[in-house]
Amino acid sequence: MPKGTKIALSLALIPFLMLVLALPFVNQIRPFVLGLPFLLFWIVLWIFLTPFILMAAYWAERKFNKNGRQEKP
Amino acid sequence: MNPALLIILATIVFSAAVGVIAGRKVKMNLENWTVGGRRFGVVLIWLLMAGEIYTTFTFLGASGWAYSRGAPTFYILIYGTLAYTASFFILPAVWKFGKRFGLHTQPDFFITRYGSRSLGIIVAVIGIVSIIPYLQLQLTGLGFIVEVSSNGAIRSNVAILLAFVLTCAFVFTSGIRGAAWVSIIKDVLMIAAVVIVGIGVPRIYFGGHGRMFRALVEARPDHLVFPGATPNLDVLWVMTTALLTGLGFYMWPHIFGSAFSAKSAETIKRNAVIMPFYQIPILLVFLVGFTALLAIPGLKNGDLAFLELVHKTYPSWFMGFVGAAGAVTAMVPASVLVLFASTLLAKNIYKAGFAPQAGEETVLRLSRLMVIVIMGFALLFAFYLPNALVNLLLIGYDGVTQFFPGVVLGLFWKRVKRRGVIWGLVTGFVLAAVLVFSKHDPFLGMNAGFVALVVNAAVAVTVSWFSGAKVENQGQMA
Repeated sequence: MPKGTKIALSLALIPFLMLVLALPFVNQIRPFVLGLPFLLFWIVLWIFLTPFILMAAYWAERKFNKNGRQEKP
Repeated sequence: MNPALLIILATIVFSAAVGVIAGRKVKMNLENWTVGGRRFGVVLIWLLMAGEIYTTFTFLGASGWAYSRGAPTFYILIYGTLAYTASFFILPAVWKFGKRFGLHTQPDFFITRYGSRSLGIIVAVIGIVSIIPYLQLQLTGLGFIVEVSSNGAIRSNVAILLAFVLTCAFVFTSGIRGAAWVSIIKDVLMIAAVVIVGIGVPRIYFGGHGRMFRALVEARPDHLVFPGATPNLDVLWVMTTALLTGLGFYMWPHIFGSAFSAKSAETIKRNAVIMPFYQIPILLVFLVGFTALLAIPGLKNGDLAFLELVHKTYPSWFMGFVGAAGAVTAMVPASVLVLFASTLLAKNIYKAGFAPQAGEETVLRLSRLMVIVIMGFALLFAFYLPNALVNLLLIGYDGVTQFFPGVVLGLFWKRVKRRGVIWGLVTGFVLAAVLVFSKHDPFLGMNAGFVALVVNAAVAVTVSWFSGAKVENQGQMA
């Protein structure tokens, strides 16, 4: 597996860890953050961060995979 | 004429006209009709996908769940995000495979990858059976939204009939391109409605969402943590449901098929990066449901929460605007659903099963005819048996998700065998149906469809593994 793909896959694991596996540990109302109960805040936070994580994955594939640059957008 | 009525009618007629115009300058062949000639750029793909994903369920269901069930509704926020993350890896590979072999539909993928027409037919049948109830749900939802928001001036059946004619017209003439153009109108209206109402109502009733949530915690301390107001949708259910629906999302035949209309694998990949931003408005829909729980408690049907609260809070012309947005929000997914169901029926069942000599032109003509037939079926169900398909709807997601192992193994594992995929798919589908219909969903706290998916994948891998190291259809790997 090319290095870029490995990095991208590891990055993509983050949303799955935070939005699935972490749920039992964040199932609580307090503290309120930005007016949201904690559970909802946690979910919204990681949804908001996911596009940035995917941008990093995209960048990693382009940088480290040899054929990543061949495809014209 | 009341202003709400005028706004609703003008919007849906205008949208359909845009849809018809979208295809006027294109010479229609099967390739242009189903996959837009594979020429859509990032923006159009983003709008189209969002157009398909935000259905009437988003309007009514998500707020309804927030109202009546509480925290378990958060899975809707989660699964889309998981779906986009997974699609970053899966869809570009699907697209490349589709481009190389000139595929139009999801069964095409299975036929080409596994060299099995019967597998293609199984996939097409499961696809159509899952699509029709979903299509009917869009029509029923549309009728309901228009009737309520025009304050009864347009009867539900009249609205459904009108939407049926208009949607058929633009799908018939313009295919996927029509759906993509109408999506632009739909996405703008829908987001505007959700933003205005979602920010507006907590502010009007409580002075902001923070105070609204505090009042809600005061009134119902358990509503905002799993399992919310439900007896059995606890954290394990949310985890497994988010995984199931997240992985199954792109396995819907119409969403899978839409991926082929991108102009490159790169487009699809970039699209996956920006899609999660589309989840944020769902948060606003939840805010409406939660506010409604405090402001108008005791509704028998939680799905009414959104419309009832808007009705109580805003003037009637604004209600018309929400109704218009809701109507177009039903028409776009309906158009793509019917487009792919028709192509599945014409290309993957009729041609593959009965008339292998049929040419592309015949398939296109038949697909277009099937648009009217399939929409007609959905219409009849919506009019006369609105509850008959509810059971099918329950199993729709569980059903299409069972395609996941076949797609992913097919793309990334050389040793996967046709036999393994067929056995896995059949086992998974039957198991999901048995668990759901025998009322064993959730099963041991988990989503029954997820249990079936795990068994399906295990069967597919095991059977393939023990069928030897020989590689089937080697030339067909992506």
